[in-house]
Amino acid sequence: MKVIGYIIQKEFKQIFRNKGMLPIIFVLPLLQLLILSNAATYEVKNILFAYIDEDRSASSRELIEKFNASEYFDVKASYVNYKQASEAMLKGEVSVLLHIPQDFERNLVRYKKTDLSITIDAIDGAAAGVESGYINQIIQGFNKKIRLELLSFSNGNSKPVRIETIPSFWYNTTLDYKTFMVPGILVLLVTMITLFLSGMNIVREKEIGTLEQINVTPIRKGEFIIGKLFPFWVIGMGLLTIGLILAKLIFNTPMLGSIGLLYFYTSFYLLVILGMGLLISNYTDTQQQAMFIAWFFVVIFILMSGLFTPIESMPKWAQWFTELNPIKYFVEVVRMVMLKGAGFTDILPQLIKTLAYAFVLNVLAVWSYKKVS
Amino acid sequence: MKEENVIISKGLTKRFGGFTAVDAITFEVKKGEIFGFLGANGAGKTTAMKMLIGISNPTGGEAMVAGFDVHTQQDAIKKNIGYMSQKFALYDDLTVAENITFYGGIYGLSRKQIREKRTKLIETLGLGEIAHQLVGSLPLGWKQKLAFSVAMLHDPQIVFLDEPTGGVDPITRRQFWEMIYKAADKGTTIFVTTHYMDEAEYCHRVSIMVAGKIEALDTPKKLKEQFEVSSMNDVFLRLARNIE
Repeated sequence: MKVIGYIIQKEFKQIFRNKGMLPIIFVLPLLQLLILSNAATYEVKNILFAYIDEDRSASSRELIEKFNASEYFDVKASYVNYKQASEAMLKGEVSVLLHIPQDFERNLVRYKKTDLSITIDAIDGAAAGVESGYINQIIQGFNKKIRLELLSFSNGNSKPVRIETIPSFWYNTTLDYKTFMVPGILVLLVTMITLFLSGMNIVREKEIGTLEQINVTPIRKGEFIIGKLFPFWVIGMGLLTIGLILAKLIFNTPMLGSIGLLYFYTSFYLLVILGMGLLISNYTDTQQQAMFIAWFFVVIFILMSGLFTPIESMPKWAQWFTELNPIKYFVEVVRMVMLKGAGFTDILPQLIKTLAYAFVLNVLAVWSYKKVS
Repeated sequence: MKEENVIISKGLTKRFGGFTAVDAITFEVKKGEIFGFLGANGAGKTTAMKMLIGISNPTGGEAMVAGFDVHTQQDAIKKNIGYMSQKFALYDDLTVAENITFYGGIYGLSRKQIREKRTKLIETLGLGEIAHQLVGSLPLGWKQKLAFSVAMLHDPQIVFLDEPTGGVDPITRRQFWEMIYKAADKGTTIFVTTHYMDEAEYCHRVSIMVAGKIEALDTPKKLKEQFEVSSMNDVFLRLARNIE
């Protein structure tokens, strides 16, 4: 046990003495949290909107006014013909075009039915989908209102029967994407920094030759590994703490569940990451190799974690693959605990899988670490 | 009284696939002896040494180091030997004192022992003023003297030195050898590889390895007589040339 203490002491000295490493450990993750949480948004705002109004009626102006009033649309221009408008879209000056035909109001009143044409620049398919949703909402709203007016105008007696769905959004009531993203990005930074640091750490001793010196001492490999990895476990927990504080202070992310439970889970989750780092260390000879391999896994894990794209929309084989992704479990647990207030029994499945994962990885890592070649 | 052998190697062999790096070497090293382990680059010196210090498993043969078997008692061997590699192996980003503390710690010395050793070592090496400087900032010669002292920290029976004086000036080399002699006088066995033939002359006995085999083993004086040359340099060249 005493031996482990000497190693831990040495590791911390080296980490805090490394002027290049400190900012990487503590400043970059925070920038990441601040920038990504603000930038990685699913919302589409300031949509470049233009219209062709051939009707020039009260109704058509009312519809355009609805778009103008929406915070999502930025009314850029009006055009007199379609040719002008499509040129503007080609140049990228306009991304949504509303075409109101002649007789728009007349058809509404006479036939209670009319057509509208919407053109969307769909180079970015995801954004186009979101835009289409917003447009529909506005037109539906307009529709509802006009229908009421027309009905009361033409037939005062009959009351329209309407069925309306009012969605109620749970856990993230305002659909604030930051509430959703911040916990996820917190997971990212804890994982990435811990994996990179632990993956490169033992390789570094290989590179500078001190590992051979260590292998000639009677130190037990378990002692050495624990002594080497424990400091990174502490750093991982420290990053979680800093991240949680920032999430609260800057994004006011809710914390419905118990912080203790989150720390409890993270303390085991970090064992998975450290085991993985050690495994990478064992099979590489230079820090560069270790870095590349760590990157490879981190990128796959992040894209398949449900952080940016929902796992439910992945093909079946990919969904099965995500079962092997530790980041997925951490993302789930963090979101459940912070946003839903999940308790111990709720996260038990994730906890068990994480423990099993940690066990397997660490057994492999310790087994593959060889003092004798 | 019969002299005690601290290293006994019988047919020690290491093969990597079809290549035999160390081919059945047999020799003994006595307690307190300075044993020079010579050979050209690639002759198998380092591989042989790695088996003796317990970080490489032998493919065949037997060897006892400090009374322990290299096949089964590697951890016991490691407690009783010191090792200094050709690659400088102290931590550049720790101070002189911190390096001593760390290595003392992992050899299992008590806090009190470490403190005493540290004070004494810094004093004898004359490193008092720079004890709290990072090792990375020291000149190579000082680093190597420090590395040797750190390898001796736990009072091992045998110290293995793998090309300890590579890249060091002649004065520092001389000082280094004075340290080696001092250690040998106290009964520590020194097992040293080198490429400097003047250093080979300082050894009590030398072995010369060529292509994985020990081709000559005796005192420098007798080897020179045997090959009828005036220096170890010529002995070495004679042997190496024979193979070509």
